[in-house]
Amino acid sequence: MNQEDINVIDQPEVLKPRMVTIDISGKKYEVPEGVTVIKAMWYAGQEVVRGVGCLGGFCGACATYYRTKDDPKVRTCLACQTAVQDGMSFTMMPPFPARKALYDIQKLQDPKQDLFNLYPEAPLCRNCNACTEACPQKIDVREGVWKAVFGDFQSVSEMFMDCVMCGLCTPVCIADIAPNLVALYVSRAQGVHFTAKPARLDTRIKEITDGRFNDEWRKILAMNEKELAEYCATVK
Amino acid sequence: MDIHALQQIVHQTRDARRKQTIAKFSPADRDQLIRKYHPDWRASAYRPIRFGPNEGDKTVVELATLLEGDSSLDDSADLTPHHTTDVLVIGGGGAGCAAALHAHGAGAKTILATKLRLGDSNSVMAQGGMQVSVAPEDSPVTHFIDTLKGGHMHNDHDLLKVMVEEGPSIAKWLIELGVLFDRQADGNLHVKKGGGSSKPRLLTCSDYTGLEIMRVLKDEVINQKIQLLEFCAAVELLSDEDGRCTGAVLKDLDNQQHVIVAAKSVILATGGIGRLHIQGFPTSNHYGATGDGLCLSYRMGAKLDHIDTFQYHPSGAVYPEQLIGALVTEGIRSEGGQLVNAKGERFVNELDTRDVVSSSIIRECEEGRGIRTMSGRVGVWLDTPLLDAEHGPGTVERHFPAMMLQFERFGIDISKDPVLIYPTLHYQNGGVKIDTNSETNVRNLFVAGEASGGLHGRNRLMGNSLLDLMVFGKRSGLTAASRTGSITQGKLTLQHLERFRTEAKKHGNVSGVISPMILPAYTRKAG
Repeated sequence: MNQEDINVIDQPEVLKPRMVTIDISGKKYEVPEGVTVIKAMWYAGQEVVRGVGCLGGFCGACATYYRTKDDPKVRTCLACQTAVQDGMSFTMMPPFPARKALYDIQKLQDPKQDLFNLYPEAPLCRNCNACTEACPQKIDVREGVWKAVFGDFQSVSEMFMDCVMCGLCTPVCIADIAPNLVALYVSRAQGVHFTAKPARLDTRIKEITDGRFNDEWRKILAMNEKELAEYCATVK
Repeated sequence: MDIHALQQIVHQTRDARRKQTIAKFSPADRDQLIRKYHPDWRASAYRPIRFGPNEGDKTVVELATLLEGDSSLDDSADLTPHHTTDVLVIGGGGAGCAAALHAHGAGAKTILATKLRLGDSNSVMAQGGMQVSVAPEDSPVTHFIDTLKGGHMHNDHDLLKVMVEEGPSIAKWLIELGVLFDRQADGNLHVKKGGGSSKPRLLTCSDYTGLEIMRVLKDEVINQKIQLLEFCAAVELLSDEDGRCTGAVLKDLDNQQHVIVAAKSVILATGGIGRLHIQGFPTSNHYGATGDGLCLSYRMGAKLDHIDTFQYHPSGAVYPEQLIGALVTEGIRSEGGQLVNAKGERFVNELDTRDVVSSSIIRECEEGRGIRTMSGRVGVWLDTPLLDAEHGPGTVERHFPAMMLQFERFGIDISKDPVLIYPTLHYQNGGVKIDTNSETNVRNLFVAGEASGGLHGRNRLMGNSLLDLMVFGKRSGLTAASRTGSITQGKLTLQHLERFRTEAKKHGNVSGVISPMILPAYTRKAG
């Protein structure tokens, strides 16, 4: 065996994908096993405009409901991040008419109290935990809603840093809360109203306005190509 | 061999590699390496553009064909406007949102049109961070020099100076909107060191920097009640009799109808070209990255800059199949993750610029020191478990939650096993030539973000894209808004298209494609 033959990942299923039968929005198709849900739709000949965004698991455009063979449990996923398997059924979540509150984040007087005016449904959580189970990012959404209501904005902002705003937590809520939108408000309020101002940033802005770097700029910008290249080489 | 068996060499050599330092390439060696292995130097992938503002300039075949492509509109198209506005922003990513917010904030009536949803973009995926010189030992001048070195000295000095000097005030703007950048214990901004930078300068929101910024900007666009036209793709720009930009023709992707927008200025923030898969490369880019803005502005007569150079991010996933092309963030290498070939050896300073690192990975693979997958792809290892070994258990999970989750879905624990990577098409270094107000040589046509060119030279430095989007989004928005009082809405004509078609005809109408592409054709044709 030569060097190259040794360094081959031996995963036959990758070489020759087995075809599996899946069910897309109620219709059966044969597709290669292991491709993502989105790729399965393309393979099945479907044009996808709504429901595809970044294709990297970050934008939340491809929120999808799915069920695996013989399992009654309907689960959720991001279609660009989930591999199909035999007997899987899925359908994409249509745009859901959740209500987003409008606010001027900088002008809030009492953000923790304002939460109840902007999202009066937030404290009505009945603890069913469906939102947490629906989250493809594994955020403890229910816990986050309660923390928001109790004013622990910092924890919410940390917990929801992973939130891709897919909105899968919303249609399952029996209290009509849109937890991702509540968390977005809370996180922004945390940033604007409850986070220390970075003093050094203001110092730097002032240095720039006061022209502290002007001499250095003049020196650099007066250099010809060769001088500049030589100077650049000295910066490590 | 089983993947775990192949990974053993990475585990076995880890301790020996930890002590090893690898010097960065000298400028001469670096140039030689790039010329030999970087895809930008593969002559057969390039051809000259036949006509138009960049006639004779070389670019990749895929892009040249689209630039010479025909419009989907016929000369007699009805141009009665459905909407009239001061500023039309096309594109809903970072640059588009920043442009719309600033134009609106300055009092201009603003419409934001985007072919997918607001925020569907590459910006949302930016994991590495945003370069802003806030550390006391750092300065905008050092940021300028680092960027210039990264760009092989080809960067436009004026654009670059503007970007680095406005960085700190942009950071302040984002913080005032509620963006939660990582902090030090004393409340100051935490800065990380990025590849190709001499000082720690990356502002981060764990590995969700782009997502966090975009969540906030999208929310703000909606709160400000800026008019949105989602699922509306731009298919042509409009010009008056003097060639100034006066609006755009959009196509509503839900009902295929044209939507005509009359605007005093148009800001194109349409992003890059990854989905053209130039030279067959996989891409880290979002679904809509098809270079629409380049085609639209080229037909209007806007000059392009540096369109022969693209960035191949060193670490795109090669395995599993589902993640091919997906990015493995540079942050891993910033924190000490090493690149390892099939023999268990390091072969490059992992913090060298992206083009150097990518070229050396390609070299390892072409010279038989790569690891192949059964689907015919090849790559090298990125030693992710090294981070836990160096900085304590749980480091990977704490610092890279997004990545952990991404691989966990396929049963791979990146804190325990290395990942296989190969360069992936990541960024269009060049684009439409702009001035410091983000305006093109076509009056009242602005281009901001990845679609623009000049700023990054021939290789963009990590972390400079998010800053580019914000700074030039802002400048285009403010400049466009400042004109609304002094200019009147021009006529809506397709005269530029007539000129373009005359030229295309002279050159034999050989392109044979309609551009812009709008979305890649991934749907399998039945039968």
